[in-house]
Amino acid sequence: MKRYDAIVIGAGHNGLAAAAYLARGGLEVLVLERRDAIGGAAISEERHPGFTYSSCSYVCSLLRAEIMRDLDLPKHGLKIIPYGTTACLMRGGDRFAMYPDADQTRREIARHSARDADAFDEFMRDLYRQCRAIRPLLLKTPPDPTSFKPRDIKGLLEIGRAFGQLDEDALYQAMQFWTMSCGDFLDRYFESDVVKGALAGGSIIGTALGPYSPGSAYVLLHHVMGDLDGHVGAWGFAVGGMGAISKALAGAAREHGAEIRTGAEVSEILMQGDRAAGVVLADGEEVRARTVVSNLDVKRTFLKLAPRKHLPGAFVDQVERFKIRGSSGKLNIALDALPDVPALRHDPKLMRGGLNVGDSLEYLERAYDDWKNGTWSKKPYLDIFIPSTLDSSMAPPGKHYMSVFVQYAPPTLADGPWTAESRQAFGDTVLDTIESYMPGFRKLVLDAWVRTPADIEAEVGLTEGNIFQGELTLDQLLFNRPVPGYAQYRSPIRGFYMCGSSTHPGGGAMGAPGANAAREMLHDLKRRAA
Amino acid sequence: MTTATATTMSPAQTQTPMLPRGPMLKRSPFHERLAALNLANAWEAWQGYTTASLFYDAEDEYFAIRTGASLYDVSPMLKYRIAGPEAEAVVDRLVSKRIDKLKPGRVTYAPWCDARGRVIEEGTIFRLSPTEFRINCAEHQLAWFSETAHGFDAQVEEVTEEIAGLALQGPTSKQVLADIGLAEAAALPFFGIGTFKGAGGYPVTVSRTGFTGDLGYELWVAPEHALPLWDALMARSDLHYLRPIGSRALDVARIEAGHILINVEFVGARHAIRPSQTRTPSGLGLDWAVDLAKPHFNGRRALIAEREAGGPKRRLVGLDVTGRKPATGAYLYHRGREVGQVTSATWSPITKRNIALATVEARYATEGTVLDAEIYYMKEVTQGKVDAAATIVPPRFYQPGHRRG
Repeated sequence: MKRYDAIVIGAGHNGLAAAAYLARGGLEVLVLERRDAIGGAAISEERHPGFTYSSCSYVCSLLRAEIMRDLDLPKHGLKIIPYGTTACLMRGGDRFAMYPDADQTRREIARHSARDADAFDEFMRDLYRQCRAIRPLLLKTPPDPTSFKPRDIKGLLEIGRAFGQLDEDALYQAMQFWTMSCGDFLDRYFESDVVKGALAGGSIIGTALGPYSPGSAYVLLHHVMGDLDGHVGAWGFAVGGMGAISKALAGAAREHGAEIRTGAEVSEILMQGDRAAGVVLADGEEVRARTVVSNLDVKRTFLKLAPRKHLPGAFVDQVERFKIRGSSGKLNIALDALPDVPALRHDPKLMRGGLNVGDSLEYLERAYDDWKNGTWSKKPYLDIFIPSTLDSSMAPPGKHYMSVFVQYAPPTLADGPWTAESRQAFGDTVLDTIESYMPGFRKLVLDAWVRTPADIEAEVGLTEGNIFQGELTLDQLLFNRPVPGYAQYRSPIRGFYMCGSSTHPGGGAMGAPGANAAREMLHDLKRRAA
Repeated sequence: MTTATATTMSPAQTQTPMLPRGPMLKRSPFHERLAALNLANAWEAWQGYTTASLFYDAEDEYFAIRTGASLYDVSPMLKYRIAGPEAEAVVDRLVSKRIDKLKPGRVTYAPWCDARGRVIEEGTIFRLSPTEFRINCAEHQLAWFSETAHGFDAQVEEVTEEIAGLALQGPTSKQVLADIGLAEAAALPFFGIGTFKGAGGYPVTVSRTGFTGDLGYELWVAPEHALPLWDALMARSDLHYLRPIGSRALDVARIEAGHILINVEFVGARHAIRPSQTRTPSGLGLDWAVDLAKPHFNGRRALIAEREAGGPKRRLVGLDVTGRKPATGAYLYHRGREVGQVTSATWSPITKRNIALATVEARYATEGTVLDAEIYYMKEVTQGKVDAAATIVPPRFYQPGHRRG
């Protein structure tokens, strides 16, 4: 019977990145995917004839340039087009737009507050200062502060040095960024409600926190620390949808010799003594390997897959308490034509970028209140994109694909689980909200695929439908992600690793957890061989 | 023709996201006239405005500054009005010079710093009356000025769009002014300012200031008087060798004059992502514009501490470079060790020297020190490199006597 060097459970983008790096490192690698298609949450699907949906994840910035280069992803078909603008649609018909051109953005902010136009420069400067300290940590294994191993001490010194390069103000701010609420942070700079509301969107996406919940300021940073073609904070569309990223990663993995099997659900981990020795598939087939790595989130991995008796009780406790709260839903919509947005008629190019609904911190906080009460936001925050305005492969000519990310929606409702009726009502809330900013919108809808957090969990496998495989708050970041003492991609079971977004540096189609986990596995295997 | 196209466009065409709609840049009140004269069609963005890089020939424009007269549209320059009973106290708190000594009808130049003594920006300060000041600068300062004015009985207001500005610079500029009925303005002393009525009958505020180091004035009018003023001036162009100039010609003149430029010689303390890129006034050669004996101003304590610690680590200097190749971006070495970098460089047509502004480690900033400049330049399609000797000199490369005459 064939014995692989490594089995990767789950063909999400991190599983595929790990597989590609492992195969590139000379290992025999097998990727097992439960579904019939690879990609996990980075997937493109044709659910309505002629339309390609980025079913879950929908825009890209965080995918590390180092990974694109190491794995030569452009050769495997990956193209990412930057989109330059974001427009926050306001109740009352106005808008607040941000442009790549600083003067245009300034003029736009000044329409709402002349003072905020100056404050914006300072805000961005402070954000970039923090990014400079954090970005080098992304592709590194988080050092364990309790360890005296030379590599941990070296890692801690590197973190110290990165933050040591900040000046005093930025150092004080670093602490605030990691702990404060986004709302409190923005209040320091800005007076205009819409400027704050528009900037706060990035701090609540995918997070079961409101803009005034402590810790939400970091999420803002998480959404700015990516880059595209060297432009920090820039975002773009993957041509062909986010599945193109998974496809390119799979292409790279295969090129280096990895096998990828779909429709192959892993039901348990095969043990040999205290070591993982392979997996058992749902149909009973056993596949053996020297190491196993899970791309699933930490709860699914250790509460559903790994043998409980091989795990320390304290570890299981921590996994159970790890916060992976579902907070968002998604609509994928096929449109007969480009909708008319009166607020953007003066500059239709804004339709090519992000369109947000949620024009004040108050609006966002109220939307969060609904989530706490166990229902979806009656006035939701929406992060809307029409990728077909930049990518002709997403919809037939003249027609358009709209991706709508919806914050907030709970994993279960106050009165019980999601039903077909409640899903319909949730979808209607979102469509009606859009209609109020885009008159005539609902008439253009050819198909609207509504996905609640429960749907996302059922289809993709993300616990509670949490897009980050665990919230991005300081207690769950760096050497605490996912569990203190287990932040270096290893688990309590020897030979069993994790490479999903539950690990450092977290979610967002970054590929860094996969690449980092592969590096640790190769390190261990080399040591065992020696 | 424009109308015809517009009416035949279908709604779908006008709504297309593929074609951005403008205007992306604002136009200055002089734009109509400038556009007609811009034969090179060479434009650039300046603070969100369309501004001319050159009109016809940058060299010809440069010599207009040095041997005739030149007109440069400074409308995009940011302008702030600080007014009120305590306006003097606000400006005094803001900048490093004594403002109580600045009389109405006078202009001064000064930097303003943050609490750590790092230069936020520098600019000219007009005292229009006992209770009204105007500050001109290149970067947005509303938030900082407002913060400084907090608690004082004074209002800070941006007035950029309310005032159109023209820099009239060059040896013959005095005659040009006299010719359009502004003889009184022409007689202003250096750094004097006043409001006059010329032949046009509308008020023109004239300051004897400029960025070229030559004899010159800056003329300020309400936007609706911009074109009449332009036309009145240009009607004298042949008599006094007056030409419009673009930013390229101006940049050569400002380097010759040794005027520093924000985001070229330094980064404003409020915008720097890397604190190492900020400078103190002393580091920028602006000691002469700092009065540490003044009771208080933003950054004073930090600047005293800097002086007590022996001054800044790096200083701005002028360089006289051998050869003909402008030392743009050149690294500077002392016995093989890198000790500084050029921030601005040009061949100076009036002094016939190869000049530069540079930032170097303080101990090499003494006049007469010779550093090695590593100059890269385009040799047709390949990059060439020359090593040149760069001697530290005072950065005022060209200061003609007629400037203050």
